[in-house]
Amino acid sequence: MLIKIGKKSDLKESEVTPQSLFDQRRQFIKKAAGYSVAAATLSLPFSAMAALNLNPFQKENSSLSDELTARKHVVSYNNFYEFGTDKKDPAAHAGSLKTDPWSVTVAGECAKPGVYALEDLVKPHAFEERIYRLRCVEAWSMVIPWIGFPLADLIKQMQPTSKARYVEFTTLHDPQQMPGQKRSVLDWPYIEALRMDEAMNPLSLMAVGLYGEVLPNQNGAPLRLVLPWKYGFKSIKSIVKIRFSETQPRTTWNLSGPGEYGFYANVNPEVDHPRWSQSRERRIGEFRKRKTQMFNGYAEEVAHMYRGMNLKRNF
Amino acid sequence: MSFKWYLTWLFKPLLFVVCLLPAVLLGYDAYTDALGANPIEEISHITGDWSLRFLLITLTVSPLAILFHARWLNRFRRMLGLFCFFYVCLHLANYVVLDQYFDWPEIYKDIIKRPYISVGFAAFVLLIPLAITSVDKLVELMGKPRWLKLHQLVFVCAVLGVLHYLWVVKADILEPGIYGFILIVLMLFRVWHRRSQANVKV
Ligand code: HEM
Repeated sequence: MLIKIGKKSDLKESEVTPQSLFDQRRQFIKKAAGYSVAAATLSLPFSAMAALNLNPFQKENSSLSDELTARKHVVSYNNFYEFGTDKKDPAAHAGSLKTDPWSVTVAGECAKPGVYALEDLVKPHAFEERIYRLRCVEAWSMVIPWIGFPLADLIKQMQPTSKARYVEFTTLHDPQQMPGQKRSVLDWPYIEALRMDEAMNPLSLMAVGLYGEVLPNQNGAPLRLVLPWKYGFKSIKSIVKIRFSETQPRTTWNLSGPGEYGFYANVNPEVDHPRWSQSRERRIGEFRKRKTQMFNGYAEEVAHMYRGMNLKRNF
Repeated sequence: MSFKWYLTWLFKPLLFVVCLLPAVLLGYDAYTDALGANPIEEISHITGDWSLRFLLITLTVSPLAILFHARWLNRFRRMLGLFCFFYVCLHLANYVVLDQYFDWPEIYKDIIKRPYISVGFAAFVLLIPLAITSVDKLVELMGKPRWLKLHQLVFVCAVLGVLHYLWVVKADILEPGIYGFILIVLMLFRVWHRRSQANVKV
């Protein structure tokens, strides 16, 4: 199993308060914007935290050779169509995204709707590092050490009503900051959604960092989802809105290609994309393809949520 | 020295080197590990792009020769066409060797089941006779009319190539769209030209 969850009990109050470090770091960014020398110092807060209470990745923990994907690849190769459709575009163009200040609107079927400053939204939660496999629908994959907190904690904080059966997430829509949105490749803004039980699953992570640092813009700063058992496009980036809904929301890729991208988008080697096979994947950094695992290897944690469902039809 | 001399001994070798540049650059980037996180995919994209570009460039030669009354341009056509085939071969070799690593059952399944691979493969197969019959001796042996007829296949290849690209992309059809547009213009030019020639005869 490839999840490293730092035990909260390990964390001594006096030593670190991740939230304050997070705030500090964001303050730092404000002050040090434009100074590349600052990078090393800036990376300190999270890595110090990681050293204190987060186990480094342990190889023997995994049945597969799931080595971390090199950071340089994680931050230079991904899909984030808001910055262009080439996988090099996000790293090249995400500089125009301003993540501070940032606020998130919470709406719909919950007791605590409102507009939250990012700092206030994350304040009540302890951060932890989690190493997850990420499987893109394009049949490549990575292993990434994320920093974040359980989505379930955030949802509980908002006190959804009994009517809330789905959670919908929306990415920032601002073509000035996100030049890829100047072309209507997708129906902006990007929207993703989960069934409530999926959102409450302990694997679902609200990420604010990776590799011991605050999220780089191109990886979905300042707040993104990570759902390791689903194809990458479900893990929505740069979230500005969270809405609780009684009905199943319409999601962006599903609208773009209903026959190719389902609402669930669970990693499934047995259900091919209509145009290519999903049975194998290329792990970035490796030469030979490897077999794709059911639910990306997280069946133990998530398979129960889909029991009795026809996964061919609900792809 | 005559224009013909320059053509044979300067322009052609120069063009040869220029056409080889993308491959040289690709080789250099591969050697220096500058192809990014997913080098095999990058090679596939670069060789695929150049295959289609050379195919369309080849098809642009005779319209240019007609428009500018520069028949000598046609002397570059064969080389350009063969460069298209060269990049297609690299593209295919990358797929078979690096991407699939000689997994023949998987390759067979791809060709049968994946429309974009089927179409790309069809284009490749159709390009083979065109490449082979580019030899002077064979042109003679076939006779020019039959040779010309065979080489009409290049339009089928181009359509399949564009379709192949169109089916590769997930949502952004801009680039294959541009190639498709160019191909349509090139084909319309030929229709127009044939018509106008027929009119002249009448
Ligand atoms: C047996 C024949 C062929 C095979 C197996 C093949 C396979 C592929 C594959 C696997 C990709 C990459 C898909 C991706 O991961 O994005 C691709 C892309 C492409 N191929 Fe082919 N192909 C073949 C023939 C051709 C031919 C004949 C042409 C052109 C005349 C061509 C032009 C392209 C182009 C333009 C791309 C897109 C490159 C890009 O995204 O920038 N291919 N092909």
